[in-house]
Parts: sequence; structure tokens; C-alpha cells
Amino acid sequence: MSLHAVKVPKWGLSMEEGAVVEWHVAEGDDIAVGDELLEVETSKIANAVESPVAGRVVRIVAQPGETLAVGGLLAVIAAAGGSPSAAEIDDFVEAFHANFVPGGDEEEGATAGPQTLDVDGVRISYLAAGSGEAIPLVLVHGFGGDANNWLFNLAELAIARPVFALDLPGHGASTKTVGEGSVASLAATLLGFLDALAIPRAHLAGHSMGGAVVLEATRRAPERVASLALVASAGLGGLVNGEYLRGFIAGQSRRDMKPVLAQLFCDPSLVSRDLIEDILKYKRLDGVTASLETLSAGIFPGGRQTAALRGVLDDPARPALVIWGREDRIVSSDDAHGLPGHVRVEVLDDVGHMPHMEAAGQVNRLLQEHLG
Amino acid sequence: MARKTIREAINEALRQEMARDPDVIIIGEDVSGGAGGSGEEDAYGGVMGVTKGLIGEFGRERVIDTPISESAIMGAAAGAATTGLRPVAELMFVDFVGVCFDQIMNQAAKFRYMFGGKARTPMVLRTMIGAGFRAAAQHSQSLYHLFTAVPGLKCVLPSNAYDAKGLMIQAIRDDDPVIFFEHKALYDIADEVPDEAYTIPFGEANFTREGDDVTIVAFSRMVHIANEVADKLRREGVSVEVLDPRTSSPLDTDSILESVEKTGRLVIVDESAARCGLAGDIAGMVAQEGFDFLRGPIRQVTVPHTPVPFAPTLEDAYIPSPAKVEAAVRQLLDTKPRRMSA
Repeated sequence: MSLHAVKVPKWGLSMEEGAVVEWHVAEGDDIAVGDELLEVETSKIANAVESPVAGRVVRIVAQPGETLAVGGLLAVIAAAGGSPSAAEIDDFVEAFHANFVPGGDEEEGATAGPQTLDVDGVRISYLAAGSGEAIPLVLVHGFGGDANNWLFNLAELAIARPVFALDLPGHGASTKTVGEGSVASLAATLLGFLDALAIPRAHLAGHSMGGAVVLEATRRAPERVASLALVASAGLGGLVNGEYLRGFIAGQSRRDMKPVLAQLFCDPSLVSRDLIEDILKYKRLDGVTASLETLSAGIFPGGRQTAALRGVLDDPARPALVIWGREDRIVSSDDAHGLPGHVRVEVLDDVGHMPHMEAAGQVNRLLQEHLG
Repeated sequence: MARKTIREAINEALRQEMARDPDVIIIGEDVSGGAGGSGEEDAYGGVMGVTKGLIGEFGRERVIDTPISESAIMGAAAGAATTGLRPVAELMFVDFVGVCFDQIMNQAAKFRYMFGGKARTPMVLRTMIGAGFRAAAQHSQSLYHLFTAVPGLKCVLPSNAYDAKGLMIQAIRDDDPVIFFEHKALYDIADEVPDEAYTIPFGEANFTREGDDVTIVAFSRMVHIANEVADKLRREGVSVEVLDPRTSSPLDTDSILESVEKTGRLVIVDESAARCGLAGDIAGMVAQEGFDFLRGPIRQVTVPHTPVPFAPTLEDAYIPSPAKVEAAVRQLLDTKPRRMSA
């Protein structure tokens, strides 16, 4: 009898436990791979847990309101065609609990702590996950973000290939200097990062400002880029929400930042106190405000985009995927219009500027299809 | 990022700011230890070892051991600050403030005001608070309420290592006198602290637990007691919000009111004093500004109105305990809202 445990996922390094918000399925429901089973909430963010297998929900173990350690048992699914007895399910649950050690075993594809390397005298911090011979994927966050923005994606995408997510200069745990603060200088750092890791060729994925960075890196070194994935990307249009950028740079307190960060999401309730606190912790570091001001002045002066990189997508030999949230209030999804026919464009409903967080399951599936 | 204790976090903040700004100096009793004697240099590094190692890096010119004369330490620091240095002066135990309060209250706190805004007094006063160390009535008090009552002083009460480093750097860079209260029982508390320098603005509370049923406001060591109670009650389905104001002056009244508006119930846990302490101060503020939010009386869990006892059993009974805080929360949850007559 093939029974499958649905466990509390680990979203990001700091997650230790998750609370069940609500179930979208009931015992007895038939489900397909990728169906949303339930909503799990951490102190930072809530997200859907999707079914890893097809089959039938035979036991819901954790009830709404319950808090479980990462890896804790949420539900039991019987593989398609199976119909286990209640006793078999009881045994499975009992065996699971008997063997479960909270925080004990690391999940497959889990990321180790951040690592650092030196690129032209700049300390670059990055997360690495997965292994194997496949062409690696490198994820590049946007303005004011960091590698942890990919917390819902990294482990999932690393099942099939090595994945790296770096902190750009001026961001995360990387050195808080950005040089001239241009897309070109960030792209040079990205290419230097590939050199430092001895990666000759990579799939590149970029979010927002990071999209412009991967486009520029492709323009400079087209032979090193196997494919491009752009999420709510800069570099494709003329405008950006300048008021958001000003608010993000100027905000000092939780109360300043909350309305600013709410603009990132279609559902503003995703902006929890912990999410704000993480961003404040970053913004409080020496050198961050100056770095952000330099980048904003260099890349988005007065709410305009200085990098016009649509032409990079003209090469039909390089697969390209463009993902956008229809409710994006930072960079308009209109910028996805009029791209060459070979570029796959997916605009997601009820999603804002952070599709990889707000619609992580959908985005992961699109990226997996794109990467093959 | 690495785990660091509060002791290490403060030491790192001092070291980084001294390296960044040659005007930052340290002055106090035994801040290195050994000055003028034939014994070991840096024998103490402060009685709790917080300033250990700094003399080796910055020398006696900038890490100054003084005689046992608190009024001289505070007077020198206040004067040096007005000339442009950024002294970090140590008052070993806050209990000793009696002999040097004029230098703090009438001098340092008043310069900016009395010189028409033209004088700056960028000094930090580091001092130890807290009962529980069997150190008797003259070495165990938590007199932060005295300083909070003086306009012109900023009062900082870190409860964790992340806050301790960011608040200390902010204190050193601040142009006004800042009193930095370190609780004796917290020096070995550790959490994730960035290696880089950073500042936490004053007057910005930290929510250490989120909840909907009851708000607990707590300072310094009491934050940990409040967290313990919140975690215990959460397992029973009672959701307690814990708010650490981080600074008692300025005080983040907006965050306190925001939380009380949500929960309707307030418990304040305060080690300073039963009378005229922070608990009474905050209770008064909420009664005035947030009365309509309240679903029951404001509860204060404070020390009793006595000196800190020396007898261990009495000293333990003196300190607000998790049991007392839990009882206050339960009492509040059991309070029926009074029916309003039309």
C-alpha cells in the first residue's frame, strides 16, 4: 500500500514551524499533483501547500489553528488506485510520529546556510541548493530584495539542477557598496559570480531590477546564458513606480514601511510584522540607504527606467519566459506586451509584483516547464 | 551572521564605533582594569567583561580607567561631549547614581535646552540594572524610571543581542545624552547579530510575540518573562501579544495603542518601581489615550514598594515572575466587560 505523508514544508532558512490556516480539501477528496491542499502560515508569510502526488486524501492529521514543526505530518495521501484500511492509515501515522524528530532531518533539496565569495573585491553572499550535471540556474532578486525572496522556489527548482541565489551588491549579506549603481555594473558582478563558481553557462532568472540585470548580462555574454526567465521584470518598459522606491528608501519604522510594502502584493495581508522587520533589519545596516539611493538614481531616476533591453529577447534560439502579476503596482504588466512570438508570456491573475512569493506554486511549475 | 551574546554584541558595537570614529572614548571604573597598579592590564574589561579587549586595540588614551568617583566620571563625560568627543561613560551599577545625578540631570540633560540648541552632548552612560544577583539593596535596583522622568535624556533598555548592538551604535551616534541600561541577567542571552554595523532608531517598539487576546508591554529582562507566559498560554489557545518598547524615552506610544486597540486588554510588566514607575506611566497613557479600546482594567505586574531584599527567598519573590504575569493575564481574561447603561 502506497501512502504518502504531506509534511510542513521549510520555506527559508529561519522557518522552524508552521500553523495550519485552513484546508482546501477534505478526507476522501481525489487530488492531482499540484492541487492546493491547505494554507500554512509562518510568522513571516502564508502560502499554499500543494500535493506532491496524485491520489486520495485519506487522513487530515493537523487541524486549523494547530502549529507544527517543519517536517511535521499534515495529512496522509493514498496513491491513486489505493484504498488503505483505517488500521493501515493509523499505523502509518503512528510510525511517522514515532520516527519524527523536529528539526532533525534535513529535507531533500534543502539549502545550507549562506556562503560567500569574492567578486572583484566585493563580498557576495549566496544560497546554493541541489546538485548534478544539469546546467545550473541562477536567481537574481530585485531592488531592496535578497536571495531569501526565492524561499518558496529554491528547494523546488533544485530537485532537477543546481540552483544559486545571490545577494546583489548593496543587498542582503553582500558588501554594501554598489559602485556606479548601474544595471551594467550589477550585470558585471553577476558574470563575475558565475566565473567565481566556474559556471560556464547558466539559466538566468531575474525579478524586477534583477530581470534587467540578467538581460544585461545576456547582452554582454550571450554564449553564457542558456535561457532567460523574467519575473515582473525591469528593462522591458519605460516606467517604474517611483513613489514606491522613494518610500522604500526613506522608510525608517514599521509604520512607514507597511503601506510601502503593501504595494508589492495583490493581497496586502501578506505583509506581516516579521516580513517588515526583516526588511528593516536590512535597511538599518550601514551603507544600505546610500546603496539604494545610488541604485535608484542610476537605474530608476524619477520613476523612469534607464535600461532598455527588449532587444535581448530577439534571439529565438534562447528560450525565454516572462511572468507577470496582473495587479503589479511597481512595474506594469503592460511591459509584457509586444514581445517576440517565441517568448512565452504568462500574466497571472490576482497577483502583484511578487509572483514568485504570491503564486509560488504556479511560478515554480512555469519555471520547471521552461527549464525542461 | 553569527549568534552573539548581549555582552559580545555591546563589545562589538563599541569596537566598531571606536574604529570608525576617533572621537569615541570609554571612561569608567575598571573599564580595562589594572591602571596605576603593577598587576595585569585589562584585568577586568568592566566588572562583567563587556569592554574587555578594547584597551589593547585603542589604548589608555581612549579606554580610561578612573578612580572610584562617579561624579567625576559623569562630569568629565558631559564636558568632553560638549567639546566634540563621544564618551561612553560607565556607571557600574545604576544604584550609584545618587552621587552623580546632578551631572546627568542638571548638566548633560540641560545643555542643549539651556544653550539655545547650540550645544550638543553626545554622551552615552552605560549602566547595570536588575535584581536576582544576591547583591543586596544597593546593587540590585532598576532605576530607569528616574532617568525616564528627566527631559533631555534618552533611555534605552535592550532585551536581546540584536537590539543591544543596534541601539548601542545609535546611542553613540546620537547627539543627545543616552542612558543605556544593561540587565545583569541578560549578558549571556544570545541571538543572531549581523557582523556589520547597524542602527535601531529610538522610539520604535519590537513585537516579540503576536497575539489577539491580550497585550503585554515589558522592558529588558521582563520581555523574556512575558514571552515565556505568551508561549505557555498559546498552547492553551490564548494568544498573547508581547511588545518590547526598546526605549522608555522616547516611548513608542503609537505601537502600544495600536496593540491595545486590537486586544482590548493590557498587562504591563516592569521591574523599575511599584510607584511612579514605567508600568504606572504607560497605564496612565493608555487610560487617557486608549480608554475606549479597553475591555477590562489595566493590570500592572511590578516589584513591590520595598528595597530589593537580600534574603534569597525574598529576593526571588520580589521579582515579577512568570506565575504572577500569567495570573494577571488570566484574571484579565476572566473579567467580564461591564455592561454600559444606555
